[in-house]
Amino acid sequence: MDMLITFFSENLLMIYVLLLAVFLGFEVISKVPTVLHTPLMSGANAISGVVIIGAILLIRQAESTDYLALTLGFIGIILGMINVVGGHAVTNRMLEMFKKKPAK
Amino acid sequence: MEFNQILEQIVNLGYLVGVLLFIIGLRQLSSPSTARRGNLIAAAGMGIAILVTLIVPMDKGADNYILILVALAIGTAIGLIASKRVAMTAMPQLVSLFNGLGGACAVAISVVELNDYQAAFEANGAGAIASGVHLTTLLAMFVGAVAFTGSLVAYGKLQGLIDDRKVRIPAPTYVNLFLLVVIIAGIVFKLVAPVNPFFWVMIVMGIALVYGITFVIPIGGADMPVVISLLNAFTGVAAALAGIVYGNQVMLVGGILVGSSGTILTVLMCEAMNRSLLNVIIGGFGSTGAAAAGSGDQVAREITVNDAAILLRYSNSVIMVPGYGMAVAQAQKVAHELEEVLEGMGVSVKYAIHPVAGRMPGHMNVLLAEADVPYPKLLDLDDANQALADTDVVIVIGANDVVNPAALDDPSSSIYGMPILEVLKAKNTIVMKRSMNPGYAGIQNPLFFKEKNRMLFGDAKKTLQDLVAEVKSLE
Repeated sequence: MDMLITFFSENLLMIYVLLLAVFLGFEVISKVPTVLHTPLMSGANAISGVVIIGAILLIRQAESTDYLALTLGFIGIILGMINVVGGHAVTNRMLEMFKKKPAK
Repeated sequence: MEFNQILEQIVNLGYLVGVLLFIIGLRQLSSPSTARRGNLIAAAGMGIAILVTLIVPMDKGADNYILILVALAIGTAIGLIASKRVAMTAMPQLVSLFNGLGGACAVAISVVELNDYQAAFEANGAGAIASGVHLTTLLAMFVGAVAFTGSLVAYGKLQGLIDDRKVRIPAPTYVNLFLLVVIIAGIVFKLVAPVNPFFWVMIVMGIALVYGITFVIPIGGADMPVVISLLNAFTGVAAALAGIVYGNQVMLVGGILVGSSGTILTVLMCEAMNRSLLNVIIGGFGSTGAAAAGSGDQVAREITVNDAAILLRYSNSVIMVPGYGMAVAQAQKVAHELEEVLEGMGVSVKYAIHPVAGRMPGHMNVLLAEADVPYPKLLDLDDANQALADTDVVIVIGANDVVNPAALDDPSSSIYGMPILEVLKAKNTIVMKRSMNPGYAGIQNPLFFKEKNRMLFGDAKKTLQDLVAEVKSLE
């Protein structure tokens, strides 16, 4: 228990950031037209690929003989990158369709 | 040392810019005129975050740059190809699949971290790693695992690989509750006595993976949009937890943004169906749906393409109600063609879009936009319900549950209370369907048996093409 408390006091700033980000997320999204629900979900999904940063850090920290870290990190980067690149590309494809309208 | 400090500052600045771009991107994504730019801005933020991560000064490790670059290249190639190749109709399941991969990524890094902790625990005892860090990593693995397998199941259901009606778990609520308790117990057990074998971590991971499956399996296919949005929020949370483990702000803020915005989006979708999130998760759509009695002996009347064409040609106003059937048949372009032909004959044609028509909110808007249907022709639920009273003919193209009047007047129906498009307000309705089978929610639709209604059986695209030809010949 003590260690949990130490963890919290040591990461106090992080926890503030976390709380503020929660509310920021709520506020940013709260008024969205239904039309944009799918692209928004897809865009947010791409952003959740930010977990790839962890995979990159992990593999950079690994010794070149640490095969578990290298293998899982390698797979992690591939999966994360598919999420990021594919997510943004698919979102862009959806939104491209909306764009044609005003031009017409 | 000097050089490393400079690098450190560049990295910090890069992460700050990255976070800022995420927020601006999300903001712009929620408004139609700026949405496309918003997506690109968020992508730029991600690019910057990834680039600066490559130059973070490390105090250990071999960097392994070649491996990283190869993995980045493979991921980019697969992501691009998948997103280019997928048909617009298959978009929802692709988003779900991508989301699952993000979850898997969180699991992969958590397992490696936990394995490192294990070595530290075994060498230096239980105090080697702070329990806060240990707990956060275990949670990241748990949430990531649920998002991973859950998304795969959602993908399977939408892709038609998993049949709702066949794959069932007995008493799913209890099974899920039990698994959840076991997972929490496993995490606590490992936390109190960190020197316990790594085997326990694997057990927690294994059960979390199973839980992801049993969590999504009982939820009906019609509710998959809500589930995908929720699992998307899970992946965000997993990323944020991993961000705490690494002390990485861009992961923390990016992950939490997705977590909270995904949750809000989930709630908005549930509201559109007039159900609570709990009801969606526990309810299991369709399991109570068999109760639609009394409609068995009723007869649905058919209409020929020819008669339908005449009815349309000589009406003043027509509203089309697209649904998943239109998406499956890829009929959006023909629908637009029919609209143009009719408009050319002085018939006013509009589209009524139900917020949950299709497999994702906004699914129909995307498809019709693809077919170049002008934006002002799309009516949302409230506007459509007002306009329907002055409408001569409603054509329902492969939609079912969203026009089911049982939602208004049959309290025993599982969709009772869901706002629907009240097509019966119009003078005539034509329902295009492949057969009399019930819709995705698995419930019978009394609309088919109403006096005003006529059925037009067949593949939506083929039937619409025939209709266009017939209407043209009437000129």
